[in-house]
Amino acid sequence: MTQQNSVLLDLSGVGKHFGGLAALSEVSLHIRRGEIYGLIGPNGAGKTTLFNVITGLYQLDAGNFTFDGARYVRCKPHVLAEAGIARTFQNIRLFANMTALENVMVGRHVCSSSGIWGALLRNAAARAEEHAIAERARELLSYVGIDRPHQTLAKHLSYGEQRRLEIARALATDPKLLALDEPAAGMNATETASLKELLQTIRGSGITVLLIEHDVKLVLGLCDRVAVLDYGKKIAEGVPEEVRRNPAVIVAYLGGDAGEAAA
Amino acid sequence: MRNVLNHLLRHERRNAWAAFLLAGIVLLVLPFATDALLGRGWVRIMDFALLYMMLALGLNIVVGYAGLLDLGYVAFFAVGAYTYALFGSPQFGLHWPFWAVLPMGALFACIFGVLLGAPTLRLRGDYLAIVTLGFGEIIRIFLNNLNAPVNITNGPQGISQIDPVRFGSFSLGSSHSLAGIVFSPVHLYYYLFLLFTLLVIFVSMRLEKSRIGRAWMAIREDEVAAEAMGINTRNIKLLAFAMGASFGGISGGLFAGFQGFVSPESFSLMESIMILCMVVLGGMGNIGGVILGSVLLVLLPEALRNGAGPVQQALFGKVVVDPEALRMLLFGVALIAVMVLRPAGLWPSAQRRRELVVDDAAIAEQEQETVYDAAK
Ligand SMILES: Nc1ncnc2c1ncn2[C@@H]1O[C@H](COP(=O)(O)OP(=O)(O)OP(=O)(O)O)[C@@H](O)[C@H]1O
Ligand SMILES: [Mg+2]
Repeated sequence: MTQQNSVLLDLSGVGKHFGGLAALSEVSLHIRRGEIYGLIGPNGAGKTTLFNVITGLYQLDAGNFTFDGARYVRCKPHVLAEAGIARTFQNIRLFANMTALENVMVGRHVCSSSGIWGALLRNAAARAEEHAIAERARELLSYVGIDRPHQTLAKHLSYGEQRRLEIARALATDPKLLALDEPAAGMNATETASLKELLQTIRGSGITVLLIEHDVKLVLGLCDRVAVLDYGKKIAEGVPEEVRRNPAVIVAYLGGDAGEAAA
Repeated sequence: MRNVLNHLLRHERRNAWAAFLLAGIVLLVLPFATDALLGRGWVRIMDFALLYMMLALGLNIVVGYAGLLDLGYVAFFAVGAYTYALFGSPQFGLHWPFWAVLPMGALFACIFGVLLGAPTLRLRGDYLAIVTLGFGEIIRIFLNNLNAPVNITNGPQGISQIDPVRFGSFSLGSSHSLAGIVFSPVHLYYYLFLLFTLLVIFVSMRLEKSRIGRAWMAIREDEVAAEAMGINTRNIKLLAFAMGASFGGISGGLFAGFQGFVSPESFSLMESIMILCMVVLGGMGNIGGVILGSVLLVLLPEALRNGAGPVQQALFGKVVVDPEALRMLLFGVALIAVMVLRPAGLWPSAQRRRELVVDDAAIAEQEQETVYDAAK
């Protein structure tokens, strides 16, 4: 049913240990092009660790993964970013003392090339590139819905705006896969609703989305498929409806009544 | 004063050019003005101010932009100075021309910058500071001891009779007169240094507002996020070290030609700290601030040296505190005061200042919203 080339990210038997703790063990999953793939699980289940592995921040110590048909072994984060994986961070990591615009412009780094000479001589090519970078950054800022002056420092944006700015910065790298680590954390209902819209628009533009989220309603309402991690293991995977009814998931994470969980 | 400045800044292009022209004329006549008004020693002090300015701007790339705390920066100054000295003095009987030796000094400094950068790529903050501090000392100790078994640097005696900067037969080491005005060497070097300082400022400005400059700042702000955004942090950091070091090398070469003498003593840890203070005090990451910092830290001690004695004499009838000791004391007090009162430096970047205004409005707006929400 699934054609080989419709799979964007393919993890097989991925393991990651910290000392005696298996943060990830034997995790296999594949994400298809164009889908929104949810990753849920209780605190400490290994969701962020999985992000860190596929973005090169951690080196995995078992299994392997391929992205867009290529295998990445012991790669630096910037290599994976160039390959087309962009991410946001659970605990927002913006360039706090740079402006909103500059933050997104940094994201264009991989899609541009001027070096020292371009900077010094500021020749036609370098100027054109710089102009294009700023232009695209402005587009992305309004795309994610930040209508503050673009010169506002990132650290002075509201929490919701910072989350959106992180998304804009990630989108600036022209990713194939956008990995979002709890983008709705700390957002109010209105903000979450517009985030949902944004993610749908992003998917509509052809970018595959991998989403970690604790807001179960958001995940189940948005994702095409969902995987559930618990203690580093994948305990369920499937369309949201299936996963929601899966007894193992209910016990581990979704939790029905206290009685049901204890049973 | 502030109003005048704001006024000038806010006005149209024409005014900007006028201000530019005015600044140019002031800088050109400055050495003669100080000769006439303050005394003949001041041009030399200004020469040093310009040298320090180049150093501070170089260090600003490493510390201010890329956020890599470097406590051994003077090593690159030393490399530039000794390169110039070795290839343009009787030490080896080499007298290569200025235009060849100065870039060579910059290149060597650049190489040393990469040599220092490569093993320290994983270090940050305090750890990096300690390693770079050690590096600075190693270079100085090397220069001090490379007189045996083969005499290269002449050890603690240093190298003297270094060729003055020379363009063809025009030597900056002797006085020249033009249209009845006598330009002594200190004047000539002033103009040369001014030229190079302007060049360094230009390069800094261009780099700051570029893809590379943004990558440096991204690394300063959050290295992990910068990497995740596709920045090859290793290369970009090495580039910062190399650029910063080459500024130091140029400054060192000019220093050697100007002084005619170099010895390891000139490249102590204290110098590195001094340059770092100029950067931090003035306003890290802001070119204007760094320039201000270096001018202040060169000129104020001199003013104090000349002024403290007579003032004490007038007040107490004798010199109570040695001006030299007073200098360090006031220096320390000034530094603490700046760090407490203006943590971002005397002249933080324009962006940050603009932000303060935006910020107040934004906060007020946000508070309004909160109040509104609560009322609902
Ligand atoms: N660098 C590290 N060193 C040691 N242990 C780590 C490290 N990173 C993660 N862990 C551990 O691995 C486990 C999984 O952590 P991870 O951050 O992936 O969980 P998570 O699913 O993202 O949880 P949360 O929902 O709280 O974000 C945790 O027990 C955590 O303590
Ligand atoms: Mg997490």
